[in-house]
Amino acid sequence: MKELAYSPGWKWTGLIGGVLLVGLLMVVSVSVGIMRIPFDVVIDSFTNFNGSNQHLIIQTTRVPRTLIAVMTGGSLAIAGAMMQALTRNPLASPATLGVNAGASLFIVIGVSFWGMTGISSLVSLGFVGAAIASFAVYFLGSAGRGGLTPIKLTLAGSAIWALFSSLTQGLLIMNEKGLEELLFWLTGSVEGRSLELAMPVFPFMVAGFILAFLLSRAVNILMMGDDVAVGLGVKTGFIKLMGSVVIVLLAGGAVAVAGPIVFVGLVVPHMVRWAVGTDHRWVFPYCLVYGAAMLLVADISGRLIMNQQEIPVGVMTALIGTPFFIYLAMRNGGERA
Amino acid sequence: MKKMWSWRVKGFSMLVEAKALWTLIILAAIALLVVCVSVGVGDMYIAPQDVLKVFLGWGNAYHTLVVETLRLPRVLIALLSGAGLAVSGAILQAVIRNPLASPDLIGITGGATVAAVAVLTFFSDGATSLVVPLYWVPLAAFGGAMVVALLMYLLSLQQGITPFRLILLGIGFYTAMQAFTNLVILLGPEIRAVQSKTWITGSVYGSNWEQVMIILPWMAIFLPLIFFFARHLNVQQLGDQVATGLGGSVHRDRVLFLFLSTALTGASVAFAGGISFVGLLAPHAARKLVGSSYGALLPASALLGSIYVMLADLLGRTLYAAHEIPAGVFTAVIGAPYFIYLLIQSRNRT
Repeated sequence: MKELAYSPGWKWTGLIGGVLLVGLLMVVSVSVGIMRIPFDVVIDSFTNFNGSNQHLIIQTTRVPRTLIAVMTGGSLAIAGAMMQALTRNPLASPATLGVNAGASLFIVIGVSFWGMTGISSLVSLGFVGAAIASFAVYFLGSAGRGGLTPIKLTLAGSAIWALFSSLTQGLLIMNEKGLEELLFWLTGSVEGRSLELAMPVFPFMVAGFILAFLLSRAVNILMMGDDVAVGLGVKTGFIKLMGSVVIVLLAGGAVAVAGPIVFVGLVVPHMVRWAVGTDHRWVFPYCLVYGAAMLLVADISGRLIMNQQEIPVGVMTALIGTPFFIYLAMRNGGERA
Repeated sequence: MKKMWSWRVKGFSMLVEAKALWTLIILAAIALLVVCVSVGVGDMYIAPQDVLKVFLGWGNAYHTLVVETLRLPRVLIALLSGAGLAVSGAILQAVIRNPLASPDLIGITGGATVAAVAVLTFFSDGATSLVVPLYWVPLAAFGGAMVVALLMYLLSLQQGITPFRLILLGIGFYTAMQAFTNLVILLGPEIRAVQSKTWITGSVYGSNWEQVMIILPWMAIFLPLIFFFARHLNVQQLGDQVATGLGGSVHRDRVLFLFLSTALTGASVAFAGGISFVGLLAPHAARKLVGSSYGALLPASALLGSIYVMLADLLGRTLYAAHEIPAGVFTAVIGAPYFIYLLIQSRNRT
């Protein structure tokens, strides 16, 4: 398939355009909401902060949620792209393979059994959960004689997902006190999280980004199949392990900060591959930029659709992503069954 | 040659293996035993023989009160919804010819959930009671399930349903429905949140006679109707070409079966909520016990489904006596590993 941007010039243009788009969306995201704040006031709040209501809103809620949306969107998209490359399954994503559910379960266990509240302990629990879920799904997907096939991986993902989310629900119901606060988190949202809480996660995400970029050449070779990759001198086991580390860092971190947000990790890599082809040296940066853009768009529209009532970004991405997912299922399902 | 019992009148025929008949009788006995134990266990223990006495009208007044007003409705809801979900799954597995199909995995339960939660949320006075009659809930659940089933059907018209696509579409619908449900819960009053979450996981907590009386007619109409059509299900299993060759109107039957299966799911889900994996597990276990002829398979699935949900509920309310763990948690804890086992087993077929 011919990609949309075929020359390096166009690819750079698309990337820079994406960065500008994200910049624009960030500005919109800071100024739009139940209370609309004009742009010059936004600038003002950075240059000379005077403690007025508008300035407080900007500094304590709008800016953190915007930054969190950017980081989470980028993380989820890259994690999705990495999963799709490693499993050679176009429908892999943190949500469909149960990684989100694993992270959620462990965080809820931490909150309800050990009364954990500190973000750093929750984040590490998120990582552990994401790692366990990925390992379980990968192991189950490759069990049996046929080895790792897309359908088995997808089914294993949905089984693990069903198991983990039922357990999560059960725990939540047993401790009703925690439910109210956790419910919003479990839907996936970037609202109401202060920057101090999210800051400890960002280094992990940045590490994930850098690792993904470093791996991109090897991932390209891995896409040709294990045999070819070994023949070309790639240590496939090592690369797969490092790829899994990227997935756990990014998906686990994203869930820990924003809760399970579905379909960003699925949809964005597909659009990116459609635009720039399958060279992961381009795919990963594009995913970072456009994943952030998609989450910002979802978040902003969630704020605007209804008066006085925000729709959590996790719901918005599901509503945007489902038709696309169904389209993919219709197109790919026939070939693989 | 196995010994078979056949029963034919005009327009109806049924073929049941002699051995399967015994299995069915034993299953029915086990189900009755579970009902007695389940009714007896609780804050106040009533011995199974005393429960039986109450059923027969010989019990003492105190036992009769506890059993009839407090515990029996709950056990009956578990029994009926377990049977409904199991039969619904058995039908889907025949129609789609995929051993992994079940109403929850292909998103039909999700559709029912959105509709039921919406009714619970938007038509309530903010405290405890609904402002519309209670029978709206199963009707809405049925409607929601029907919408998803119709969409699935429309999407598969063009190229047919392959197992893989079915699962994928199911995941897609499930996720979308979950998003809608969360949206409804967030828009509604906060005190509904806990109730709705419990409902989604599947619980028979707080069942009453009114609910039993609403769900009972659905089951009383649809379950016998499906037994009546069992022979067509046998034909469906063989695939389109064979079924057409045998003179069945394949397409019409399939629509009919999808409708019946959806109706059963809607009614089961309406009060018991999204109890997962029953529709998958019960038919499989039944197939192991009585073979795959639907004359015996459907009743066996229904009995196993009831036993499964009743036991899950029993565990849920006795394991941590202070808390209620929804039955749906236990069905998932048992069901998910079994699903994974099936997945590994089915490596040659998919």
